[in-house]
Amino acid sequence: MALDQSFVGRTYPATDPYEVGREKIREFAEAVGDANPAYTDPEAARALGHPDVIAPPTFVFAITFKAAGQVVQDPQLGLDYDRVVHGDQRFEYVRPVRAGDRLTVTSTIDSIKSLAGNDVLLVRGEVHDADGELVVTAHTKLVARAAEEA
Amino acid sequence: MAATISYDDVQVGTELPAQSFPVTRATLVRYAGASGDFNPIHWNEKFAKEVGLPDVIAHGMFTMAEAIRVVTDWAGDPAAVVDYGVRFTKPVVVPNDDKGALIEVGAAVAAKDDEARTVRVDLVARCDGQKVLGMARAVVKLA
Repeated sequence: MALDQSFVGRTYPATDPYEVGREKIREFAEAVGDANPAYTDPEAARALGHPDVIAPPTFVFAITFKAAGQVVQDPQLGLDYDRVVHGDQRFEYVRPVRAGDRLTVTSTIDSIKSLAGNDVLLVRGEVHDADGELVVTAHTKLVARAAEEA
Repeated sequence: MAATISYDDVQVGTELPAQSFPVTRATLVRYAGASGDFNPIHWNEKFAKEVGLPDVIAHGMFTMAEAIRVVTDWAGDPAAVVDYGVRFTKPVVVPNDDKGALIEVGAAVAAKDDEARTVRVDLVARCDGQKVLGMARAVVKLA
């Protein structure tokens, strides 16, 4: 069944702050096998002009996707999470995420479409730092496959 | 932001050094822990097959993380990437053996923006000869 179009534009409450730790960034960089010293060595990061180690570009997804859970699990929206696959992902960066950041995410439903029986949901996650400055915007397209195809 | 590549030294068509990224079951378990994505399709063969997949598949976000390394290694400063998007078109199937799978990533400059001094880099990620990402693009601010 097609999702309710009236949810387009709905914004969910900002998440509690997520504090970005140096060792969490290191763990992520090691998990993707990326030895770039900007992720692990504060001196190397400073040499590039950053106040502390920065996170790899896709690190922030862990935070934005958790926030998108508010949308996905909204009982009023009624998305069937068992049929959801990740279609597209995009990030627009104002600056890199860095150690010491306290980030909150505000999720908004940008669009709801029905394509060949699939529900296609575009969720925007705006990530702000403790000063309220925008750090990165994540655009996540989720596709709930038609039940008969599952 | 301190990209080491100069905007003026880059032309449309300039190729970035290609890289290959091996991925095994152990890689996926590690990525699951680091990213917090514990969806069993990325580590439980029985579950993956029950939901219609050929085998355990890599996290799409893992492939996305690997692909951008071609750009961040080239640019000098990962913060040079100001925009990055992909479409997940085909799963990376990771068999339970010593070899796993290999993600091969190539990239080239597709457009230049003189005003912003940014370039658009188009990426191609393949596994077993098949494209696993579509519309994979990064906008990179150069020196």
